[in-house]
Amino acid sequence: MISKEQVKRVADLARLVLTESEMLQQQQDLNQILDAADRLKSVNTTDIEPTAHAIPLTNVTRDDLVVEGLSKNDAVKNGPEVTKGYFKVPQIME
Amino acid sequence: MSKYETVIGLEIHTELLTKSKIFCGCTTEFGGDPNSHCCPVCLGLPGALPVMNQQAIEYAVSAGLALNCRIPRYNKFDRKNYFYPDLPKAYQISQFDLPICVDGFVEYELEGERLRAGITRAHLEEEAGKSVHSGNSILGSDFSLMDYNRSGIPLIEIVTEPDLRSPAQARSFLEQLKSILEYTKVSDCKMQEGSLRCDANVSLRPVGSLELGTKVEIKNLNSFKAIERALEYEVHRQAQVYDQGGRIVQETRAWDDVAGITVTMRSKEESHDYRYFPDPDLVPIEIDAHWVERLTDALPELPLAKKQRFIESYGLSDYEAGVLTASQDFALFFEQTVAEYQNGKDVANWLMGEFSKLLNNARITITDTQVTPRQLAELLMTIDKGLISGTQGKEVLSAMFTSGLNPSVIIKDKGMQQISDSQALAGVVDQILADNPKEFERLQQGNEKLLGFFVGQVMKETKGKANPQVVNQIISERLRELS
Repeated sequence: MISKEQVKRVADLARLVLTESEMLQQQQDLNQILDAADRLKSVNTTDIEPTAHAIPLTNVTRDDLVVEGLSKNDAVKNGPEVTKGYFKVPQIME
Repeated sequence: MSKYETVIGLEIHTELLTKSKIFCGCTTEFGGDPNSHCCPVCLGLPGALPVMNQQAIEYAVSAGLALNCRIPRYNKFDRKNYFYPDLPKAYQISQFDLPICVDGFVEYELEGERLRAGITRAHLEEEAGKSVHSGNSILGSDFSLMDYNRSGIPLIEIVTEPDLRSPAQARSFLEQLKSILEYTKVSDCKMQEGSLRCDANVSLRPVGSLELGTKVEIKNLNSFKAIERALEYEVHRQAQVYDQGGRIVQETRAWDDVAGITVTMRSKEESHDYRYFPDPDLVPIEIDAHWVERLTDALPELPLAKKQRFIESYGLSDYEAGVLTASQDFALFFEQTVAEYQNGKDVANWLMGEFSKLLNNARITITDTQVTPRQLAELLMTIDKGLISGTQGKEVLSAMFTSGLNPSVIIKDKGMQQISDSQALAGVVDQILADNPKEFERLQQGNEKLLGFFVGQVMKETKGKANPQVVNQIISERLRELS
């Protein structure tokens, strides 16, 4: 069971502001997901290699070649605030 | 000595020398206009997908092998989640539980003693962007400006065991590590450009205790000197806290190089919960024995091994061999010179003395000099033959340095050829003896100091071209003739 405090902690880490009712809803949803995941624990995996990825593929790589990216104007085009080609962001630490 | 034992572990971030970024084709070139080396991937735009750079894997493995690491068969990438504007995706692609390199060590030397520090792991990750703060530091700045040119440059983070026992050890270790990475050519390790950065974990414990004390992490160490100073400061600070019966709080402190102190950045309470999970956009990397073998075979001779060989093969002192092998290019220049002129000791003296002075004055490295090893060898042979003096040799080297011309050309141009022909010199010597009868008399009476006076006069007369040994010989002959 995931507690309300844990839900709040996870929400804080994800920078989500939840109302009381949203918090309860999330708690219920998360508990259902955790229950589902718990069922996997009953499977015997002693002789099975751990899997890190859902697709049975390894070593998908590209050669070390430089490709032209965006122009510097296009790069900052979506920035809410742009100064001298930089993205301008609000205060990070007080 | 102190009743506390110092325990230091380091985390070193090194940018890899790939041409393109780790997950996209943007250039890794240093500098450039803000946000001019970017694309949807390294800007973290929605829907953009990373594709692994093959060369980054190779460099990471080579670095690991040079650090005596084991290369596990599988490694994978994870998302490290945190909100910080230098990270446009709000997560950094890094490696958590299955890093590319594990269980290595680095041997290094301090005051003639050979020491060893363990390497816990080295993992691959992407570099963050660069921030310019409106104020003096991140603290209290009203706003910050973000440049993502650096975002996505491949990086390895090397984590050491807490095996270092003093700030001096930490510094020597780091110098050795830098040298190894440079030799392996996986990174340019330019601390001033931030391509090699270091954080340190420091704690104290009572001498004899095996338990680790509470550690403090120090950030913002961007030179060897800063690292040593910051650690010395921190060791002193912690000892004072303990001496006064206080407790050390686990926290992150920043080194202020100007003030020479460390200041609190954030305490453990505010520390991050990164919620790592496997990155679904990247498949695992599998490195088989052949791959490891190929990269092992391609490793160069590493600095300490080269140093040992220099001592044994060229009869150099520990110090000389250390200086010459600190940089691979310097060592190569030395060996190429010795191939033409066999006296290694002589070559070492010239390279470490006059040659280094010229390089330092010109603020260039040995790879940028116009002088070739063959030319240096030719110069040394010319001096050996007595055609020019050692002092003249320095002048010639300086001219070679600025012109790139062969020493023979410069000697001819400057009319410096040393006069070693005793017949040619005899006349000059006799004239000077005749011009200074009183001094010559005192020399005859056994005042040896006057020998120097006469040699000096001859040198002056010949504008420094006389071979002083020949002049000495002639004067001795005259004395014998008269006695």
